[in-house]
Amino acid sequence: MTDAPTNQRLETEAADDTVWVQEVAFIDSVPRWIAMTFVFVVFIGTWDLVTRLELVSPIILPTPWETFDDMIFVGNNLLSGGYMLVSLWITIKEVIYGFALAIALGFSLGVLVGETVFGEKAVMPYLVAIDTMPKVAFAPLFVAWLGFGIESKVALAAFIATFPIVVGTAAGLHSADENARMLFKTMGASRMQTLIKMKLPTGLPQIFTGLKIGAVGVMAGAITGEFLGGGKGFGELIRVAASQLNTPRVFSLILYLSLVGLVLYLIVQWMQRKVVFWQKESVGAHDH
Amino acid sequence: MNASLANDYSGASSEAPVYELTNVSKTYARNAVIALENVDLTLRHGSFTSVIGSSGCGKSTLLKIMAGLIPPTKGRVILQDKPVTGPRRDIGMMFQQATLFPWKTAVENIVLPIEIRDGKGAAKKAKEKAHDLLEIVGLKGFENVYPNELSGGMAQRASICRMLITEPAVLLLDEPFSALDELSRDMMNMELQRICREQNATAFLVTHSIQEAVILSDEIVVMKPRPGRIAEIVQVDLPRPRTLDMMTTPRFGEIVDHIRSMLDKGEDM
Repeated sequence: MTDAPTNQRLETEAADDTVWVQEVAFIDSVPRWIAMTFVFVVFIGTWDLVTRLELVSPIILPTPWETFDDMIFVGNNLLSGGYMLVSLWITIKEVIYGFALAIALGFSLGVLVGETVFGEKAVMPYLVAIDTMPKVAFAPLFVAWLGFGIESKVALAAFIATFPIVVGTAAGLHSADENARMLFKTMGASRMQTLIKMKLPTGLPQIFTGLKIGAVGVMAGAITGEFLGGGKGFGELIRVAASQLNTPRVFSLILYLSLVGLVLYLIVQWMQRKVVFWQKESVGAHDH
Repeated sequence: MNASLANDYSGASSEAPVYELTNVSKTYARNAVIALENVDLTLRHGSFTSVIGSSGCGKSTLLKIMAGLIPPTKGRVILQDKPVTGPRRDIGMMFQQATLFPWKTAVENIVLPIEIRDGKGAAKKAKEKAHDLLEIVGLKGFENVYPNELSGGMAQRASICRMLITEPAVLLLDEPFSALDELSRDMMNMELQRICREQNATAFLVTHSIQEAVILSDEIVVMKPRPGRIAEIVQVDLPRPRTLDMMTTPRFGEIVDHIRSMLDKGEDM
């Protein structure tokens, strides 16, 4: 009787380790750079195939190589300070002014709506109503009011980018939990102290989310403004190239333009990492 | 030896009252609910009082009135001979969640009440005291750590320090360890007892756990719902300091059973 457990133990000790391997699917184990290169190659390959087989007219879709050549041409023009750089600079200015205006407006309105009962009850319904309108439709009005210069584009860009910042700020101010509010009350904090020392820092992640959405919108606003209101910006170059059916040029201009948008987005993201240093990165994190 | 032991647990009742509530009632005008009816309560200096009752018995309302967060509809609320008409620096409070702010280090979180009341300069001077408090709760070396890197129990220790930094006359504890696992909770309760004794603090604990109330308290206020009122104040005559193994003694069991039967009666009503 007493021997039985001893025997059993000896048995397991004598046996091999029960090590086993956790299986990871091949598609989840591919290194990132290989996966990204693969997707890029597939994309270009499909594009090339479609043009080679002449499935669509070359006027509608240029080959990837024509587009690539044109990108080098546009790149040269930009680097040598040609007329395209002048246009790009106009668009960048519109984006910067528009974004600054949207931040100032959006943040102020966000605090009004998120912090005061008056703002929440009397201002928010109107903001929601305006936000549901197709804001691009206001472009002709801005041109009529502000002319064909950069002012009308700045206005449209700011108009589009303001709303996500309002929503982000208001949501951020609401995100502080009941305990934190009670704690600040018991410490005898004033409304201003509660706002600045607790609600704003607590809401920074949401505020930055609003800024990121705004950063994307501000680009769209500036370009739409240029399409509809003329001027000398990058949008005008795209419009002219498109009207001449110069599709490789349209593609390469769009790619350079998207670089500007990307840089703006990355600046906001970099600032978020610096300012909201306590926030754990969760977007795109796959831990398995 | 025996005499001093007896003194130790009956001593609290002879101490001067710190917090006195007389005939306190609270009616919420919005739905005409009587949350609290004719509550009389005295907290004596250095005593530990718990309040227990089913949900809706008005214990949160009572705590909020005592913290100066909401006014009573009727009655007198007097702390250290002065009526409570709002939040005060001599009231320390602790919540179920540690509620540390992730953009501030442990020490910066602890001196926050000073920063709010007296400004940044005073908060800087209070840092030395915050270091001492961290040592008392066993968090020496964690002064400049951000809350993200603290465990649940460590975070609650830091929030104890934040409560103590203004040297409050009364500590209001709103289920402070109920978010912790049972092992940490028992340990933190013993820590809380030690800290309260060292600081000679007057404490008032809201809890859902009868065992927790009995092991920590000199007096347990048992409340009944609809309308919220005091059913009985139970004296706990277990000697101090309390230890976790007292939970297995017959006397502990008797007190727990008595309170449980009181609470069951409350449910029937």
